[in-house]
Amino acid sequence: MYAIFRKELADQFNSRRFVILFALAFLAAIFAIYIATQSIRSEVTSSTEFIFLKIFTTSGKNLPSFLFFISLFIPIIGIALGFDAISSERSSGNLSRLLSQPIYRDAVINGKFLAGLTVLAIIIASVIAIVAGLGLRIIGVPPSSEGLLRLVVFALISIIYGAFWMALAVLFSIFFNRAATSMLASIGLWIFFFFFMSVIAGAIANAQVPLGSNPTLEMITRNSEIAGAIARISPCTLYGEATAALLVPELGSLNSAIMMISTLTAGRMLTPLPFSQSLLLAWPQLVSIIALAAICFAVSYIRFMRQEIRSI
Amino acid sequence: MGQVIVETSDLTKTYDGFTAVDQLNLGIEEGEIFGFLGPNGAGKTTTILMLLGLTEPTSGTAKVCGYNPTREPLQVKRIVGYLPEKVGFYEDLTARQNLKYTAELNNLLKKEAEERISALLATVGLSKVADEEVAKFSRGMKQRLGIADILVKEPKLAFLDEPTVGIDPKGIDDILNLMVRIAKKGVTIIFCSHQLPQVQKVCTQIGIIAKGHLVAEGPIDRLGRQALGGGRYRIEVQVSQPDPKLIELIKNIKGVIDVSGTPESLLVTCDTDLRSQIAKTTVDSGSSLIGMKIEEFSLEKIYKKYFREA
Repeated sequence: MYAIFRKELADQFNSRRFVILFALAFLAAIFAIYIATQSIRSEVTSSTEFIFLKIFTTSGKNLPSFLFFISLFIPIIGIALGFDAISSERSSGNLSRLLSQPIYRDAVINGKFLAGLTVLAIIIASVIAIVAGLGLRIIGVPPSSEGLLRLVVFALISIIYGAFWMALAVLFSIFFNRAATSMLASIGLWIFFFFFMSVIAGAIANAQVPLGSNPTLEMITRNSEIAGAIARISPCTLYGEATAALLVPELGSLNSAIMMISTLTAGRMLTPLPFSQSLLLAWPQLVSIIALAAICFAVSYIRFMRQEIRSI
Repeated sequence: MGQVIVETSDLTKTYDGFTAVDQLNLGIEEGEIFGFLGPNGAGKTTTILMLLGLTEPTSGTAKVCGYNPTREPLQVKRIVGYLPEKVGFYEDLTARQNLKYTAELNNLLKKEAEERISALLATVGLSKVADEEVAKFSRGMKQRLGIADILVKEPKLAFLDEPTVGIDPKGIDDILNLMVRIAKKGVTIIFCSHQLPQVQKVCTQIGIIAKGHLVAEGPIDRLGRQALGGGRYRIEVQVSQPDPKLIELIKNIKGVIDVSGTPESLLVTCDTDLRSQIAKTTVDSGSSLIGMKIEEFSLEKIYKKYFREA
């Protein structure tokens, strides 16, 4: 398997795809830093404890935050790394040659997946490092050890999230013979989860608990609970919530209504949670993302192992 | 003849109700170039895939060098090379890099692999382009690289699936010559094809498969005799003023199987090329020989005959 891993890794690094992805991620980092420096002053008050983390979450007036950028890019990177993993081997005529070598069949898929994961980790880690480094230089406030810890966990979640999209793309590359079909299928699913899932969740919640013109507190909470539960089918929502819990320590609950209400009743910014509590808050989301990635990989693994090499 | 290297008994493969290979019984001996003939879709590739352990047989068993490919695929793959019909390489790697990767997958030591690869590239005539990207290669060059690729692991047995399809005549000759050279080194070759003249040129034994059944198997000349009911050669002898005893005299030549036709135009069937003996006999008998035409039976005739039956 080591031979396959090494070759795949070398392939990835030599490919134009890698250069494009890295350039894209690099641009996102620079852009995010720019936005953060523009508007971070208005966000920070004397009570803010985690100024450093604000670099990642601050958005401008009409401009999105780094968190938004990265949640947009990770699926693209993951899909780009995986969509032709098996189908390109098949269409180029390499697969049967490869499989007639004395290697276990799973070495092919494991090696490819690990190589993709390595590239993914390198891209994500370097982007976060770029933002952190430039941010440190610009705002001059060093992160606390807890802030750093949160950042590391954030990077890990991001890598796992990327691994999920890559596993999904690899799965499609096994099922579809054409790389283009597999890419379209992955991107289609991503668009569905990213853009439509929250709309659908909101619509269902409103049908279940109509808010009317004068909703009670209970109704609002209930409505947002239902919407949240449905939206959490989407890995995009899971990732968004998990990263928000980690990078915004003030976030006490992932239910938006409860958060809004508690902010209103408290009448001020909430005090930040300790790291362990934030992690606890993000835990279900985190586990779900890991499980989704594992399921996708397991299905591709089984499918690939059982797939017969056919003459026709 | 050597040991049996490939043996199948009642090997069967069914795909969604369609029987691609039906109770195939095959025995191939070591050191042969075995021509595996059949039209497209007859089950040649499916058979090979089963012999390599890439596809599981529905029923029946196969043995390759004493191993069961379904249960011990790695042992089989260690000693068997497979050149698929639509062989492909990593286009952005050079020929040498592609072979190096194969060597790595076969756990060869680096130094040993490098020497072997250079030697093989020379054997297949690709030394000059060894460090160029495969993307620039013609189909013939890719096929030759494919042959080098299967030789990297120094196999005992090599499956070549339609290695000559879509290649110009010169390229085909190169590949056929290569096959003969490899076979001389002791590699058993199974050559799948429907290009009959090519099979006839290099193969010692053939098997014909049609609709999943093996319809004929054996040495080419024996099959030819069976198919044509006569010898390997047919010699047409044109004679003017034939001696009445000429037919009898020719019949007495050692090796002649049958003589037919009119006295002016005799058709002699025989196993070896007996033209000089026939000419001598004719002239000695006092008849004057006008011309002789020799016709070797072609595999095509055997092939067509069996397909009509299948």
